[in-house]
Amino acid sequence: MRTIALRDALREALHEEMARDDSVFVIGEDVIAHGGPYTVTRGIADNWPDRIFETPIAEAGIVGLGVGAALAGMRPVIEIMYVDFITCAMDEVVNQAAKMRYMTGGQASVPLVIRLPCGPARLVAAQHSQIMESWFMHVPGLQVVAPSTPYDAKGLMKTAIRSPDPVAFFEYKALYVSEGAVPEEDYVIPFGKADTKREGEDATVVAIGGMVPRALEAGVALEDEGYDIEVVDPRTLAPLDMETICQSVRRTGRAVVCEMDSSFAGAGAEIAAALAEQCFHDLRAPVLRVGSPHVPMPFAEELVAATVPDAGAICAAVRKVMA
Amino acid sequence: MTLNAELSHRLYKDMWRIRLFEEEAIRQTGLGAVKGTLHTYCGEEAVAVAVCAHLRDDDYVLGTHRSHGHCLAKGAPMDRMMAELFGRATGSCRAKGGSMHIADFSRNILGANGIVAGGIGPGTGTALASKIRKSDQVSVVFFGDGAAARGPFHEGLLFGSLWKLPVVYVCENNGYQQWVPRSNVAVVDSVADMAASYAMPGVSVDGQDLEAVHDAAGEAVVRARTGGGPTLIEARTYRFYGHSLGDIEEYRSREEVDEWRETRDPITLFSAWMKERQWLGEDEDEAIRTQVKAEVAQAVAFAEASPRPEPEDAMTDVLDTAWRVSA
Repeated sequence: MRTIALRDALREALHEEMARDDSVFVIGEDVIAHGGPYTVTRGIADNWPDRIFETPIAEAGIVGLGVGAALAGMRPVIEIMYVDFITCAMDEVVNQAAKMRYMTGGQASVPLVIRLPCGPARLVAAQHSQIMESWFMHVPGLQVVAPSTPYDAKGLMKTAIRSPDPVAFFEYKALYVSEGAVPEEDYVIPFGKADTKREGEDATVVAIGGMVPRALEAGVALEDEGYDIEVVDPRTLAPLDMETICQSVRRTGRAVVCEMDSSFAGAGAEIAAALAEQCFHDLRAPVLRVGSPHVPMPFAEELVAATVPDAGAICAAVRKVMA
Repeated sequence: MTLNAELSHRLYKDMWRIRLFEEEAIRQTGLGAVKGTLHTYCGEEAVAVAVCAHLRDDDYVLGTHRSHGHCLAKGAPMDRMMAELFGRATGSCRAKGGSMHIADFSRNILGANGIVAGGIGPGTGTALASKIRKSDQVSVVFFGDGAAARGPFHEGLLFGSLWKLPVVYVCENNGYQQWVPRSNVAVVDSVADMAASYAMPGVSVDGQDLEAVHDAAGEAVVRARTGGGPTLIEARTYRFYGHSLGDIEEYRSREEVDEWRETRDPITLFSAWMKERQWLGEDEDEAIRTQVKAEVAQAVAFAEASPRPEPEDAMTDVLDTAWRVSA
């Protein structure tokens, strides 16, 4: 199977869905020029000039228009340049997109995808590096997707575009250039299906988005110490596949939950709490979380390294649950 | 659409339908049958009916927290609206929305909205959908003067004008953003003046004068439908009741309210306007009110006879759980 980068997998998904369904369109800042800062929307303007809209810098307007177009039966795919900027449109996400089906007693459908490039990549500090998955997980009516591989990114993006409900699609900027095998033929990945990225017997490492490669790196490093870890990637955080995660933890008896975002009230806290509720008697050690401390993203390299967890932090947590 | 005798009758009746529906809803709140609060439209009826007179069933309407009038004028069934206020399973939104979220998608009424200016972006988005699909549908977004302070107003108008979208922005300037006179919080008197910043026509009309609103809306709807882009209409109006139920109204005088009710009631004014033209006789006038009272009574009876929602209904309609992705 051919190997492509994650951003190319996303671009393929967009092109294929645009070709498949006339109601799909793209809207966002700079999405025509360069195909956006990450080139994900490149080429769409050449093929479908009437279905891509380059906007003023007006996130509330962009998402608001997306909600309305979706209500009218279109399938907008919005690019928000940095997830940090979605805070400028939280009313549109939370009060409009997410609640519309419920408030109208099921009359409304909001098939809206909001692409949210996130996480540290270059040194762009606190307002261009957040992740924020748990903000969206906490809102009923939203689906939250965080792929870690090109294969998952493409399959989940196609599902997101076909979904009748709004999707917050987290794209870890640091993973855009990471490569992986992606089939040429059409495929989709259902939401709510975790994927075991590495099988192991001794401890379960649940890793979200950008932490998946770090967990796999930790898996290799820990082999030398005699620990065989399993790495489970939830792929979607809402819906969350606790069944697969619990099955793994019941077998290994140990769990480390890893996220790149602040672990305080984060996505990992939900997973850890659910493990405590559902797997308490199978656990041989407390569930540990690995994540950033509760500080904004700093600027200097040393400071970033001091906050964002790496494979070493995962190894340390695994040693602790194995002790 | 010419404001002839036949249309005038319909619009006059629709104003009464809004007025009597709401006054009954207030009464039913007093009786304990309607819970929650109501933001009533009484006093502003001419705006909704005169604008919606120009719309087709497939045109989109988005509203505000004060949208009973918009819904009735666009054709939402009154009995299901009353049932919604009663919190019944037969309500427009199956008792999940209430007064501030009434919607009827079968008539492209995409919803009242509890967030001030919340409908402006989505309303503009429906117009974008129409443009992409090359349909000739028009979108109308109603909002209050308070909304003109919010970012989504400015962003929505910018997009509407930038892409020449088929949308009409209708600001119902009732002089107060909740409890504060507009003059205390605004730097321009007329919201219509703000259209200049977005290079679209802005027109201010007397919102108590149905004919004036009808003329302005007609021009705006034709402009939108024929590719001429958006218009901002300001209708200067007044709400006869408080911001919401229980408002003690210390911010305005009894005299001010009485004066509007006595001299500027859109229903009275339009009744006189029709009578001047010999389009409405006294017995016709009486008959219209009798018919509307019967419709309101029927709506209440429907609501009273309707089942309450089941507790498990709280769990549905969050997502479309029946949906499965397929390759």
